[in-house]
Amino acid sequence: MLNLFISFIALAISSLVVYGMAVAARSRKAGVAQVGISSLTSSAQPPQPDARGEAQRKPLRVLMFGWEFPPFNSGGLGVACEGLARALSRGNASIAFVLPRRLGVSSPFARFLFPDADLKVYEAGSLLTPYAASGSYVQDEDGNPLYDADIVGEVRRYARFGAKVARRESHDVIYAHDWLSFAAGMAAKKVSGKPLVAHVHATEFERTGGRIDRRIYEIERAGLHAADRIIAVSNRTKDLIVSRYDVPAGKVEVVWNGIDSAAEAASAEPTRFDALKAAGNRLVLFMGRITLQKGPDHLLKAAKRALEKDSRIFFVFAGDGDMRGQVMQEAAALGIANRVLFPGFLRGDEQREAYRAADLFVMPSVAEPFGLTALEALRSGTPALISRQSGVAEAVKHALKTDFWDADDMAAKMLAALSLPALSGELSKNGMREAATLSWERAASRVRDIMDELVPEPLFAYA
Amino acid sequence: MPSVCFYFQIHQPYRVKRYRVFDIGNDPEYFSDEGEDDLNNGRVLRKVADKSYRPALDLIRTLLERHPEFRASFSLSGVALEQLARHAPDVIERLRELAKTGRVEFLGETYHHSLSFFYSPAEFERQVRMHRALMRETLGVTPRVFRNTELSYTNALARWAEDAGYDGIIAEGWDPVLGWRSPNFVYRPKDAKRIRLLLKNYRLSDDIAFRFSSKSWSEWPLTAEKFASWVRALKGSGETVNLFMDFETFGEHQWEDTGIFAFLEQLPQELLRDADIGFKTPSEVIAAYPVRDEIDVPHVITWADTDRDLTAWTGNAMQQAALADVYALEAPVLASGDEALIERWRKLQTSDHFYYMCTKWFADGDVHAYFSPYESPYDAHIAYMNALADLRLRLPPPARAT
Repeated sequence: MLNLFISFIALAISSLVVYGMAVAARSRKAGVAQVGISSLTSSAQPPQPDARGEAQRKPLRVLMFGWEFPPFNSGGLGVACEGLARALSRGNASIAFVLPRRLGVSSPFARFLFPDADLKVYEAGSLLTPYAASGSYVQDEDGNPLYDADIVGEVRRYARFGAKVARRESHDVIYAHDWLSFAAGMAAKKVSGKPLVAHVHATEFERTGGRIDRRIYEIERAGLHAADRIIAVSNRTKDLIVSRYDVPAGKVEVVWNGIDSAAEAASAEPTRFDALKAAGNRLVLFMGRITLQKGPDHLLKAAKRALEKDSRIFFVFAGDGDMRGQVMQEAAALGIANRVLFPGFLRGDEQREAYRAADLFVMPSVAEPFGLTALEALRSGTPALISRQSGVAEAVKHALKTDFWDADDMAAKMLAALSLPALSGELSKNGMREAATLSWERAASRVRDIMDELVPEPLFAYA
Repeated sequence: MPSVCFYFQIHQPYRVKRYRVFDIGNDPEYFSDEGEDDLNNGRVLRKVADKSYRPALDLIRTLLERHPEFRASFSLSGVALEQLARHAPDVIERLRELAKTGRVEFLGETYHHSLSFFYSPAEFERQVRMHRALMRETLGVTPRVFRNTELSYTNALARWAEDAGYDGIIAEGWDPVLGWRSPNFVYRPKDAKRIRLLLKNYRLSDDIAFRFSSKSWSEWPLTAEKFASWVRALKGSGETVNLFMDFETFGEHQWEDTGIFAFLEQLPQELLRDADIGFKTPSEVIAAYPVRDEIDVPHVITWADTDRDLTAWTGNAMQQAALADVYALEAPVLASGDEALIERWRKLQTSDHFYYMCTKWFADGDVHAYFSPYESPYDAHIAYMNALADLRLRLPPPARAT
């Protein structure tokens, strides 16, 4: 058994104190976690839910198991955990956020718990990614994808730490995010007997396009069956949970993801992409891992078609991923390499400026449990074209929608959004407003309702 | 002695198919969707004819035969009649039968169910003339009462209708316009001499058109007996109860299984139980009752939604751009002398195109507030603007720059 101890980072402050404050715009430069506090203007808050009502909820101690946390995140899972934890803390929940590795993260709304240095500590940027890309797969002898051999081992070690934490930390409910933390959540439940809420941000079927890793599937399945309630980020993910994991539909609630209500709105400030847009060039943005599930190859086909009609479009594929080389080669083969740019993974200001500079955001995903980047684009006032094969397409009305396989339709809608000013203007205005209503506060309020149903008795005061 | 005045609207637009940027210059057919959805105009027409027009017209005829007192009036858009002639000609035959009774009045409107009055008075007059000719040819009648698209109305429209020789014009009985007054009288439009104004009793009309099948409504289920008692209650405080609604209310908006046909069938006999209550056409109402007051409508009112203005058609930038662009083509399109081109341009003026681009309630998920065959108002705008781009491309060379 490894020698574990709990490390407390950040200020152990009551969530009541935190209420009314928000995390300011964070620098997400790799390796640096600068978390500041600033007062949140009430006008930036979407009208629902009632913030005062949330703050008057009973105290609730949440033992939250995650895998990554901004700025050490490879994608939406970390962003979602941060958004949910912060919004839950405003609803009078105290959050003990457990991570499998020591990370340089801190936050005013959660205490972080890490295993000690005896566990392998990964440097920022070399985290095992929860996603099926970026070299986290190796292939077995039959060419089937496998996670790094170590990842299942790490999930097991995380489970042992989970049991330890559950013995040390008083809690009312256990809240685990995706399969990587399900084992830890189950171990904690075994120790404390407290209810387990499993939040599914993606299933193995969605991560792999159906070529599942059996071991991961089994961990997912065990976690889903052990959970008292399951939260799915979309109806399409719920449908998979019900059909592929034999879970009764009544046990699964859909709670759409949200977006930081303090996220900046559109602005006319210059961006580092402005030079690109000079001379009448238009900018179409793809933001995400360049991997099969995200459909970059489908966007490329549509790009070719669109460029035949309008040669002044630049397609920016922001992100890394296992298909990046392939997409670059394909762009060259299609003769559009000079219109397709690969700036790499964007964070912080770079990312925000890309959203703002883009004339259109495209999410051509083949399978997308939710698709937070679409909300980020909309919140920046950028019109979005999203695939109907995404969870966010259920939540957002003020966006153009297409099927990822229909390159003609995708191209036609891109050209329309770039050439019809009234269309892009209305999409921008209405999309921004709609994204503002999809807040983490709204999502957390529903999560909290679910937790309160599982923890009905009056709570004892705790130290 | 109050009378009930029915006016039913029959209209179907030529919906623009999913016309994509790649079709511009390659496909002059904007309205030819052949799919299994509601952009297929022929399919929609046949469906509505089956569910609504045929059974409802047969019922009207039965009621005319059964009750000598019964009256009704219709307004038929030219684009609807064209499509009926092509896909359901027997419906036109049924309308002719009604016209022959002399107890059914047909109103005047624009052939293309357009908002041209507000964008091009000259084009508006042309479309009214086209409609007038169509009514004469098809039904042998000449409209004496005018109703503008979506019941849109202002003082200026009333002035135009008076100059054009109409006896009456109809509008929404909207409270801010009426003030303390009741819609159940004959009025005179502001500064008018001869023409009369009939106002829709929207509460009683909407009880049938919108609320009839709503189980959350406190009056559900609405019976003919109950409705007749509401009309009877107006005795002494009104002379005409104007029930104006889409004819598709019967069988399409309210499905047969809601009991809407049985309701309509029983309503005349329930009303006629009271010897003081009768039926009148709009022209008969105008002839029978004196003007009680003058109504001033300086700003446009319509029969649409809770705002009763034109914002459902002209409220957002997409709608405004589409309207501006289509009317900007008036001179070059007419100058082209190309009849087919002119006709396509006119079909693009139908108000429904702009309604489909309405974003007001799009996100509310309220199906009653938003009927559209498109996935979104944005898709409606894209299809429309692409079709318009194709039309522009087909203008004779010197005019294309417009």
